Order: sequence, then structure tokens, then C-alpha cells
Amino acid sequence: MMKKQDLIKQLRKILAADAVLHEQEDLKPFECDGLSAYRELPLVVVLPETEQQVRDILLLCRREHVPVVARGAGTGLSGGALPLADGVLLSLSKFKRILSLDPVARIARVQPGVRNLAISEAAAPHGLYYAPDPSSQIACSIGGNVAENAGGVHCLKYGLTVHNLLKVRAYTMDGELLELGSEALDAAGYDLLALFTGSEGMLGVITEVTVKLLPKPELAQVVMAAFATVAEAGNAVGEIIAAGIIPAGLEMMDRLSIKAAEDFVHAGYPLDAEAILLCESDGTPEEVAEEVAKMQAILSRCGAISLRTSTGEPDRLRMWAGRKAAFPAVGRLSPDYYCMDGTIPRRELTRVLHSIEEFSKEYGLRVANVFHAGDGNLHPLILYDANQPGEFHRAEELGGKILELCVAVGGTITGEHGVGIEKINQMCAQFKETELQRFREVKEAFDPSGLLNPGKVIPTLHRCAEHGRMHVHHGQVPFSELPRF
Amino acid sequence: MQHIIEQFSQAIREAGDAGSPLRIQGSGSKAFYGRSTQGSVLDVRPYSGIISYEPTELVLTARAGTPLVEIEAALAEKRQMLPFEPPHFGSGATLGGCIAAGLSGPRRAYAGSARDFVLGVRMLDGSGEDLRFGGQVMKNVAGYDISRLMTGSLGTLGLLLEVSMKVLPVPAQELTLRFKLSESEALDKMNQWAARPLSLSATCYHADALTVRLSGAVAAVNSARQKLGGDEVKDADIFWRNVREQQHEFFKAAKTLWRLSLPSTAACITLPGQQLIEWGGAQRWLASDASADTARQAVTKLGGHATLFRSATPVDHPFQPLAVPLLEIHKRLKQRFDPHQIFNPGRMYPEF
Repeated sequence: MMKKQDLIKQLRKILAADAVLHEQEDLKPFECDGLSAYRELPLVVVLPETEQQVRDILLLCRREHVPVVARGAGTGLSGGALPLADGVLLSLSKFKRILSLDPVARIARVQPGVRNLAISEAAAPHGLYYAPDPSSQIACSIGGNVAENAGGVHCLKYGLTVHNLLKVRAYTMDGELLELGSEALDAAGYDLLALFTGSEGMLGVITEVTVKLLPKPELAQVVMAAFATVAEAGNAVGEIIAAGIIPAGLEMMDRLSIKAAEDFVHAGYPLDAEAILLCESDGTPEEVAEEVAKMQAILSRCGAISLRTSTGEPDRLRMWAGRKAAFPAVGRLSPDYYCMDGTIPRRELTRVLHSIEEFSKEYGLRVANVFHAGDGNLHPLILYDANQPGEFHRAEELGGKILELCVAVGGTITGEHGVGIEKINQMCAQFKETELQRFREVKEAFDPSGLLNPGKVIPTLHRCAEHGRMHVHHGQVPFSELPRF
Repeated sequence: MQHIIEQFSQAIREAGDAGSPLRIQGSGSKAFYGRSTQGSVLDVRPYSGIISYEPTELVLTARAGTPLVEIEAALAEKRQMLPFEPPHFGSGATLGGCIAAGLSGPRRAYAGSARDFVLGVRMLDGSGEDLRFGGQVMKNVAGYDISRLMTGSLGTLGLLLEVSMKVLPVPAQELTLRFKLSESEALDKMNQWAARPLSLSATCYHADALTVRLSGAVAAVNSARQKLGGDEVKDADIFWRNVREQQHEFFKAAKTLWRLSLPSTAACITLPGQQLIEWGGAQRWLASDASADTARQAVTKLGGHATLFRSATPVDHPFQPLAVPLLEIHKRLKQRFDPHQIFNPGRMYPEF
């Protein structure tokens, strides 16, 4: 591997001097993504602005055996964009143009650094929008959304990123251009677009994304129902779906989250409830009226202690504000929190929440729960104080137990945040060695050199063998044993 | 049922040792699709039955040999459905064949495709290993999405054992309307209407008539009907079933049938022959004697690809040839999932 100074010199042949960052203070902003418990300074940060530059950087790194980690807005929550000390961090932040937006074909072709919400804003004058809306949508980039297969609060009805994509342009570590999907509804051969979506930056570097746009519903209305027990709230969700309703959003919050959110944004949540449900209906005014009436009846029948229906757009947004701000609201209760992302079959909700409560007592850490109830995606927020010795370690262990529980009841360790570096141990709980081996081979099929975002998502055999005893801590992430400059 | 899996697994290991290929088959209803392959038949039908169905979870898991009719009947009993409206192409069509072929019906452009509703698979790879990917929950981003990779791979990567699907409620109301329009007017209308919240669930243009299905809440369908006008079509279920199953007179008359997958706004196709347009303009069936080169050139220029869906004589490339970097990845994936090259070799492309 070449010396750092030589690498910088070579990169400067590809990029302008100010697009190659290597001083410690310039590297600092890139040392972590949204999972800030893990930090590492990259060797160099590069900020290309053309596809040709991306290709040349990859070819150079391939030739010199330098690992590369791609990064969008860096809002990911699983450490997927955690840099490598001996690697190049390739930031797509200069790729922020909307290349075309066709209101008739209902598609937008955008560069990967475009913010999720910016697409919907550009489509709004045409009565269209981009459906997946992760809570971080004001900041997160579409390239990162593709890499993580991001979800959001409306994905029961409108799907995840993978359901709303038409085409991706990406470069492999070998500098080959891949055009996956097409502007038609499918492409010849294997469905590599689906395989690539959610591959966490390990198969290729995305340089362009074509997304589907949907007609914006004329009206949306939300019904909030409070329940005296979590079990009743969970049952009500099942009853709504059994009645043939697919709500646009169906969210649950537990007592601790309700209190945190109410103290923070004053959304009007009832503080005497053990759980609240937010059920949204969208469509034509007639359709919404019909669906809201049905939902109100079901919620009452299922034992709701209070019901409130939004009276207009500001009221609806206020009711959602509490849910959307649940993470920062919980953050006010505690110096640090750790956000989990398991998915469970919804029928297991009561049992899982009960076990989480027991774990919480066992580890002496509070846990607040917010739940994408419609699709079974649970976000327990573990409250801890990193300045108290051992608390981060305990929070991680507690988190690991929650994820293993999700797998045990038939769910998964990550619904929408990705595995990254964070859940790499739990991959061994969900998959057996022969399955992990297929994942390694998929990576090899796209990246034979293994230089693109190595050490994420797929545990090594060694790591699984030590599963249960191993604690990955800051500074001891994979490849720390590899040569450095 | 475990003993059947062990038999399959043993058959795979023996075939691998002998280097003799296997032809994975259900009822054979889609045997016409893709390239023909040699090999001893591995009949998946003995591994049949619905394993779990939770209407309130919107998830159904069934064995690959389960007849689609059995699955659709179980869903209908709870007023639910497979949202991608899969074509059967034969009374015995199985779930495994449906997912391996990855074909979707009239609702595809408005509800999503087969792969959109696949949540997880259990499969045997080329070494006979029993593997599970994805799961039975709506959201799952742990590891690469191998269940969706399997969808539409025509059995070239592994033997599907079980598939978990997301299902949806049957719409409260459906209504079909018909309009007299020229082809270019119909293409315009289909695109304009799809940009508005009008509850479209299927479109079909043939012989100067645009047929449009609306699905959804009663109020939504009624209000869309007011906005669109047109004449209501009686016995619409039969019409859509005939389109889906290619029993419509257009398909019956087609000797050589091309499937053109295009951007929905692509201009009218100038190739000789008869056409039936679906999916809002994104799927155009063409009965034509045009050569493969001519058809593919025309379609590629418009940003799409062409599949020779049915033909009287076998051809080398029913599917659009792949760009070199993509072909290399296909070959490497095949090599790793099926190292002895025994699963339906050459079914999709001659190279793998």
C-alpha cells in the first residue's frame, strides 16, 4: 500500500486541492455517522463532483489496495459510513443536483447527495411527491436511502425505498459502471436493483438515482387513540388491518415516549395512557371520511380511553410532531440514548415489550419504545449516560438482547437502519454460517477485491465464533490490525 | 415434510457430483418462458401447503409446490389477495413457479410487482444447503436482499422451498370503464390519470379501446368514476382475467409474442404487428414477425428492453442481452450459488 503523502498526491491529480482533505481538523467532521458511539478518523476525505472523478478515485484505490467508504449525508444510525483509519472516505455531498423531473412520467432523476425531502419539494408544484419519508428526511440523502433501503412512517401503505426506485447508476470498486433497473418497470436479467438496495455501500458507489413520484393525496387526517394497556393498543392495530384498512401511517408510543414527546413539543398527547396509537388516513375527502369513521369505531370497540381526530392540517402536523420528535425528546431525558431497530410479528408485541421491561430492570437502564405498529418495526430507545463508567457497555448489551429476542420471536435485527458496524454480532443470531457465506459471495461477485466498505454488515467467521463474548468497542473496529500509514 | 427437503437436497448433491443438470419444475405452466434446458426433472410439487397465514399481519408463508389457486382461495376467504395479480398460465401453477418466473399481472403498475411483495425465502443452494433469507416481517434490511434476487431468476440460483409474501386486503369496490381513443391519446390519458389520485388499478389498450379499472374505497371509486366518465364494462372480472392469463383474443391470435418493457411515456411503437398495451404504457405486448434485432433496437432507443415471450421456434436470446459488467456479475452470482452449474443451466442466458 502506498504512503499517505503519495496517495494524496495521486488524488490531487484527479481532484482540485480543496476536494482532498487530510488535515486532522478537516477530517474530524467525517469521523462518524449518526451512530456517534463509534468514531474513526479516515486517512483522507475526497469530495468528487463528477462520475469520472468517482471512477478515477476507485481505480486508484483499487490499484493501490486502499479501502473506500462512501458517505452521503452521514445520518445513518448503524455506522455504515464509519470511516476506516487506513481508508479513503468518499463523500457524495457535492452530488446534489436534481437532474430531471418528469411530471408526466412521474419520475425524478437525481444525484445521490440530494436530500430526501428536496425531491418532494421539487415535485410539489406538480401535485407529486416521493413517498418514503424517514424521520431524518430533512437531512438524509437519497443515495444513503438507497444504500440502507430506508423506510419511514408511511411505508406500510407506500413501501420502502426499494419499492419506489426505478434505476440506479453505480460504479464498482473496479471502476465499472453498473446501470441497474431502468426507466421502465423492470430490466432484463436478475433483479440486481433490489439486491443493490440496502447493500450498505458494499457493492458499489451510487452516482445517480431515478425514483418514482406518486400523486399527493388530496387530504390526510390522523386519529389519536389512547389506551390503558399496551396489549389493547396492539390488538386494535390488528383489528384495523383485519377490517381491510391499510392506514397511511400507524404508529404506537409507550408511556415514557409519550411523556418525553409531550414535554418537548406539547402535541396534546394524553399523559395518563400506557400507549397511544396515531392512525392516519389519506386519499380523497370522501375516502378519508369513510376510513376515519371506520377506524374510530374499531378503536373505541378495542377499548380506547380517549380518541381525538385532527381538525385541520396544522392540527394533524402537531399530532405528528410529537412522534417525529420522539428521538430528540427522549434525548432530553438522558445524556445519551441508543436507538434500536428490531422488527417483530406484531402479535408478539405484548410479550416483547414485557421482556424489554424485564431487561430494563436487569440492566438498570430506562427504555422508551416507539413502534411503527403497522409493519412491526420497533424502536426501543435505551437511555444511558456515557460518562458513567460501564453504562455504554450495558446499553449495548441490553440492545443486543433486545435484537436477539426479535429474532427469537420470528423477526429481524434491523427493519430500516441497517446492520453497519452496530449489529454485526447479531447477524450471527439471525443467520447461520452457510447463509453468511452466501452474503460474502454476493459481495465478492460485485467487489472481488473486497475494498469497498469492508468490515460492515457481514461478520467474519472469527467474529461469529466469539459471539456472545465479544464486545466491539470504539477503536477496536475491524481491521485495526491491518497496516497503517 | 422435512424428508422431502432431504430428498431434494440429496438429489442436488448427487447431480452436483455427477455434473448432471436438473430442471426444476412445478406444473410446467411456464415452461414456455425463457430458454429451454436439458436435465432431469426435479418436481417441486410434493413440497406443498400453506405453512402460516396471519391475516392481521398481512403475511402468508407457503411451500413452493403449493398451487396458486389454493393460496388465492385461502386469501379470498379473508378478503385478501396477492396484490401483484400473478398470471397462472395453467391450472396447476405453483407459488414456486410464480416467484421463480417473477411475472406480474394487470395490477403491477399500480400496486407493485412480484418481487415487491416477497418478504423472505427458504431455499436449497447448489450444494444442497438449506438456507433462509429475509423473513416474515414487512421490513427487514439484515444482510443482502437475496429473496428478491431469487424472484425472477428462473430457478438458476437455487431451489425455492418456501416463500413468505406480503398480502393486502381486497379493495372494497372495483369498477371498470372503457373509452374510445387512439393509441397516442390513450398513452397520454394513462400517464395523466396516473399522476392524479384516481384509484387506478389496471389499464389495457387494444383495438382503439382503453379499458381502465378503478379499485379502492367505495367513495374513492365513485368520485374517480365521476371525474373520468367513460362507459362501464360489464363482466369486467372476466376481461381482466383473460388479459392476465393471455386468453384475450389478441394473445390467442399471436404466433410470436414480444413483451416490450418501456418507460410509460415512450412514444407509440412503429414496429409492424398488433399491440396490446398494459401497465399505463409500461408493458406493451406486440404480436410481430419483426426480427429480434429490429425489435430490440427500437425498444432500446426508447429506454426499454424486449423479451421474446412466446415463439413457435426456440431462440438463443429470448431476453435482452446484458451489458458486459452486468453479465459478469450474473455469472459470478451463478458460480457462487450453484458451483456445479446444475440448476436450470442456460434457462435465462446461454452464458449461465
